[in-house]
Amino acid sequence: MTSPEIIRRHSLATRLLHWINALCVFLVLMSGLQIFNADPVLYWGQYGASPDKALLAIGAHGFPHWATIPSWQGLAQGRRWHFFFAWLLVFNSLLYVLFSFISGHVRRDLLPTRAELVPAHLAHDIWDHLRLRFPRGAAAKRYNVLQKLAYFGVIFVLAPLILATGLTMSPGFDAACPWLLNLFGGRQSARTIHFTAAMLVALFILVHLLMVVLAGPWNEVRSMITGRYVVPQSKSYPVSEPK
Amino acid sequence: MTAHVWTRRQMLLRGSAAFGGLLLAGCDQLSQSPSFLRVLGSAEHLTYRAQRLVVGQSLAREFTEAQLSPVFRSNGTSDPNNETYNRLRANQFADWRLSIRGMVNRPLELSLAALRAMQSRTQITRHDCVEGWSAIGKWTGVPLGNILTLAQLNAEARFIVLYCADELERNDGGYYESIDLVDAFHPQTLLAYALNDRPLAVANGAPLRLRVERQLGYKQAKYLMRIEAVASLDDIGRGKGGYWEDRGYEWYAGI
Repeated sequence: MTSPEIIRRHSLATRLLHWINALCVFLVLMSGLQIFNADPVLYWGQYGASPDKALLAIGAHGFPHWATIPSWQGLAQGRRWHFFFAWLLVFNSLLYVLFSFISGHVRRDLLPTRAELVPAHLAHDIWDHLRLRFPRGAAAKRYNVLQKLAYFGVIFVLAPLILATGLTMSPGFDAACPWLLNLFGGRQSARTIHFTAAMLVALFILVHLLMVVLAGPWNEVRSMITGRYVVPQSKSYPVSEPK
Repeated sequence: MTAHVWTRRQMLLRGSAAFGGLLLAGCDQLSQSPSFLRVLGSAEHLTYRAQRLVVGQSLAREFTEAQLSPVFRSNGTSDPNNETYNRLRANQFADWRLSIRGMVNRPLELSLAALRAMQSRTQITRHDCVEGWSAIGKWTGVPLGNILTLAQLNAEARFIVLYCADELERNDGGYYESIDLVDAFHPQTLLAYALNDRPLAVANGAPLRLRVERQLGYKQAKYLMRIEAVASLDDIGRGKGGYWEDRGYEWYAGI
């Protein structure tokens, strides 16, 4: 039996920024649900209030208490949590993006290659994921295309969208950048997009955690803490090489 | 080997669940700690500075008649219903006077008729409640800056405090608000006496309310009675600069 191959999977910066990020995202999501619960109704357009037509109402009281920070109805405290950690998240994300571009992390690890985006390759990867067959050996050393698309989508599509729609909800910031109102079709549309994008991030986190558990939580979590990753050996079953 | 992996996996899952539970309980504890809330509150100063820098004197978006909300929702107090207010209301506010005092060289007492005779501004703007909803209304009123100029503000004055006729909860102190001079002299900051071309209804703050566009709804004080120019907010109410501010909300409500 050969000794397992160990690689340094994540750089120190990626690891550190990941955990600060994880804390911030978790806190802004749950305090965001607290803020949402103050008026658990979504509208579309420039205005929207109780006399107007709603797009979607989520229960009479919105999300359950275990999903919000604080757990009781506390809009004032929820806002304090939300904006403090939103600022931290913005600074942390800027550092991450700056580091990732300079170090080549974006180009090397996150950006899907042209070959990976071919429908046949995508279909193959989706099929492997559905059968819970994860890459082994050399293929396990880099992100697969679904991983790349998920990470890239969250970092470069959802995160900027959430920031921009969040700022569009600010009456102060709207005065400085009224074009945001044109871009999103109004403050209430921005609020609806902000909420939807946040829910997509929550969905990403769920799938992300599920994948960690399925791919071997010990190895995966350790690799994000210490950087050391044991490459799964390609023994038990063959994963066909994508064409 | 397999059993061993499962133990680790279960450990990790249960560990994370327990950790998550503790974290949430911790968040609740921290949400009640005044010193921790002060730490979280430091973000407000950052927001204030950042927005003052980026927003400057720019105007809030003004909308068209076609974009008006069909019904302009009322929130908070919809009728002060106290002795003083009811007496003034019974007489269509003919005896109502707005007093401007504090750090001014020329204290003023203005009737509704006097305010209506002054140069006015009309604007169609969006009202954003801290709860999340928005309504668009057409406001007519006197720019607060003009009144402050008339009253000759002292150089030491830093805030304008607005006292209202309503109490949101009985015997819990009257509603009040405060803004800085940047907002007080902003061209869209009005003492509004009309909404959608009609005299302000009681539900919307009759006879006079503040419009400080670029900030949230709770800053738009209704049922105005008295305006005071001050150097500090410390000795007013519980010292945070407003009714809701005294109850944990941000003084700078630009977001």
